[in-house]
Amino acid sequence: MRRAVSAFDWRLLVRRLPVGVAVGTTVFALVWVLFWAPSTNFGPAIHSPANFLITLLNGLTLAALMFIVASGFSLIFGLMRVVNMAHGSFLLLGGYIAYEVQQSMTNGGGLTVFSSQVNAWDWLVPAIVAAAAIGGIGLVTQQVFLRWNMGQDLRQALITIAISVIIADQVVAHFPLESSIEKGSAVNTSWPGAIDRLVNLHIAGVQYSVARLTMLGLGVAVGIALWLWLYRTKTGMVIRAGVDDRQMTSALGVNIQVTFAIAFVVGASLAALGGAVFTSYAGVNPTTDGQWLLNSLVVVIVGGLGSIFGTVAGALLYALVYNFSISYLPTTGGDCCGQYSPVLTFVLLALVLAFRPQGLFGRPA
Amino acid sequence: MTEAAAHAESAEPILRLRGVGRRFGGLHAVSDVDLDVIPGERRAILGPNGAGKTTLFNVVAGDLPVTSGRIELFGRDVTREPARQRAKLGLARSYQQSRLFLGLSVEDNIFLAIVGVGRGHLRPVVLPRKDAELRARAREAARRAAIDGRLGDVVGALAHGEHRQVALAMALAAEPKLLMLDEPASGLSRGERQLLTELLLALDADITLILIEHDMDIALRVAERVTMMHEGRVIVEGTPAEIRANQLVHDLYLGSHYGSEPEGGASG
Ligand SMILES: Nc1ncnc2c1ncn2[C@@H]1O[C@H](COP(=O)(O)OP(=O)(O)OP(=O)(O)O)[C@@H](O)[C@H]1O
Ligand SMILES: [Mg+2]
Repeated sequence: MRRAVSAFDWRLLVRRLPVGVAVGTTVFALVWVLFWAPSTNFGPAIHSPANFLITLLNGLTLAALMFIVASGFSLIFGLMRVVNMAHGSFLLLGGYIAYEVQQSMTNGGGLTVFSSQVNAWDWLVPAIVAAAAIGGIGLVTQQVFLRWNMGQDLRQALITIAISVIIADQVVAHFPLESSIEKGSAVNTSWPGAIDRLVNLHIAGVQYSVARLTMLGLGVAVGIALWLWLYRTKTGMVIRAGVDDRQMTSALGVNIQVTFAIAFVVGASLAALGGAVFTSYAGVNPTTDGQWLLNSLVVVIVGGLGSIFGTVAGALLYALVYNFSISYLPTTGGDCCGQYSPVLTFVLLALVLAFRPQGLFGRPA
Repeated sequence: MTEAAAHAESAEPILRLRGVGRRFGGLHAVSDVDLDVIPGERRAILGPNGAGKTTLFNVVAGDLPVTSGRIELFGRDVTREPARQRAKLGLARSYQQSRLFLGLSVEDNIFLAIVGVGRGHLRPVVLPRKDAELRARAREAARRAAIDGRLGDVVGALAHGEHRQVALAMALAAEPKLLMLDEPASGLSRGERQLLTELLLALDADITLILIEHDMDIALRVAERVTMMHEGRVIVEGTPAEIRANQLVHDLYLGSHYGSEPEGGASG
C-alpha cells in the first residue's frame, strides 16, 4: 500500500517536471534580472530601469523581425511540409535587391546613403520590389522544382539547398566588393530620415529609435494581416484545411496546387520583406542567409511548426532570451558578455524539444 | 422502388466502370470490375474485409489512380481526371476512417465542403452576403446530419460518432449527384444507426447513393441493388432478396459473419 502511494506521487512529480522547470527558470531569470545581476554590464533592473527597458525593447523589435521572416517559413512548412532550406537565401537576395533599388533611387553610388536623403518611398519601393521579385522566384521554385516532389522530404531539402547555394554564388559574383567575406562588409539601406531618429519615451528618461519601433509596428501589422487572411477569408480556411489534410482538401474540389503556389509566394515574399528590413537594421552580407535560416528554424521549432501563434511565441522567446542574455549575463574578465548568449538560445531550444517536442503551440504529429 | 425501376430502362448510367483494376505491388486489390449505376439508384457494396470495397471507392473518387480499366462519371470519361474535378462534377464521398479537419470548427468543415465544389474558393476578398448564404447551407446540412448542436466546436474535440455525423454532413452539404458512403454506420450506437437509416431512406430521389456497409440490416433496407465483392472481384449482383437467397454469398459472407441473424430481419 505504501509503495503504491509513493509510486503514484513519483509519477505525478515527473509529469509536472516540465512545468516546474519552466516556472523555476522563469522565476530565477526574473529575480536575477530585476534584483540581482551582479557583475553584469547593466546591473539589476531596480537600479537601472532605463537599461532594462532598452533591453526589453531591443528584444521586442528583434522578435518582430524574426516573426516576419519565420512566419513565411512556417506557412510554407505548415501547408506543404517543405522545409525550405532556401528561406535564408530568399531573405539575403531580398536584402540585396532592396539595396540595389534604393541605390538607384537615391544615386547612392555604392555607398550607404544618408537617411536624410531617403524619404518614405525610397524605403518602401525597394521593400515592395524585393518582396515581389522574391515572390516570383518563390513561385518558380515551387512550380518548377518542388511541385513534382511532393511528400519527398529529402529531395525537397536537397533541391532547396541547391537553390540556396546557387543564390549565394550569384550574390558573391554580383557584389564582389561589398560582399567579399575577407572584408566582411555588409551592404546597408537607410531608413527614411523621418524615422531615423530617437524619441523620448518619457519612461525612465529612455530615448529609443523610431525606426526600431516602426519595425515592431511592421511585425505587428504583418501578424494581424496574416491572421485576418488565415482566419477570416476563404483562402485562409482552405490553407488551414490543407495543413490538416491535403488529400481530403482536394477531394472536396479544392485546387490544392494553386493553394500551394499562393502560400509559397507569400512565404517567400515575407522572407524578402524581412530581408529589406534587416538590410536597414543591420545590413546583409553573404553569410546572412545561413544565420537567418537558423533563426527561422529555431523560432518555428520553439513555437511549433505551422502555427501563427506559435511563431509569435517562438520569436518573442528567442529574441528576448537572446537580448537579455547579452545584457544580463555576468561578464568574464575584461571580455564582454555576448559569448554565452548563443548558448542560452540553444538551451531554450533544447528545453522545448525535451519537454514539448512538437513546440509550444504545435499539435502532436 | 418502382420509380427507380422505371428510371432503369431509360437512363444512362451515372457511373460506369469497365474492367477497372487496382494493384498494390503484387496484390490485386480490385480487378476487372464492371459496374453500372443508374441515376437515383441506391446501391450497396458488400463483401468481407479486404474485398477491395474501399479501394474501389478510392479509384472512383480519384483518390487513387486505376492500374487498368476505364471510369465514366455522368457520361464522361474521368479515368485520368484528379479527385477535385470529379468532386466538381458532383461526386461526394465519405471515408471509412473519418477524415476531417480537426483544427477547424464543425461549421467550417461543412462550409469547406460547399466552398470546395463551388467557384471562387481562392477569391481573396470576402463577399459577406454570398458567404452568409453558404453558411446557411452549411448549417442546414448540419441539421440534417443531426450535428447542429455542435456547430461552433472544434472537430478535434468531438466524439467518434459525432465525427461520422460531420463527415455525413459534409458529403450532403456538397449537394452531390452521386453520394458514396464508406461504412457510415461503423462505430455508431443503435439509436444513431436508426437515425442514419432514416436519413438515407429519406434522401432526395435524384441523389444516387453507393453505400459500403457491414451492417446488413442497414445495407439491405436502404439498397435497391447489391453488389457483392470478394478478393477484388464482383462475384454477385442482384436485388437484396436475390442476395439473401444466394448460396455463394452465404458461404462467403453471410454464413460466416451473420449466420445467426434472423432471415427476414429486413425487407427492402
Ligand atoms: N494503399 C494501399 N497500399 C497497399 N495495399 C492496400 C492499400 N489499400 C488497400 N490495400 C489492400 O487492398 C486490399 C483491399 O483493401 P480494401 O481496403 O479495399 O478492402 P475493404 O473491402 O474496404 O475492406 P474492409 O471491409 O476491411 O474495409 C487489402 O488487402 C488491403 O490490404
Ligand atoms: Mg473498407
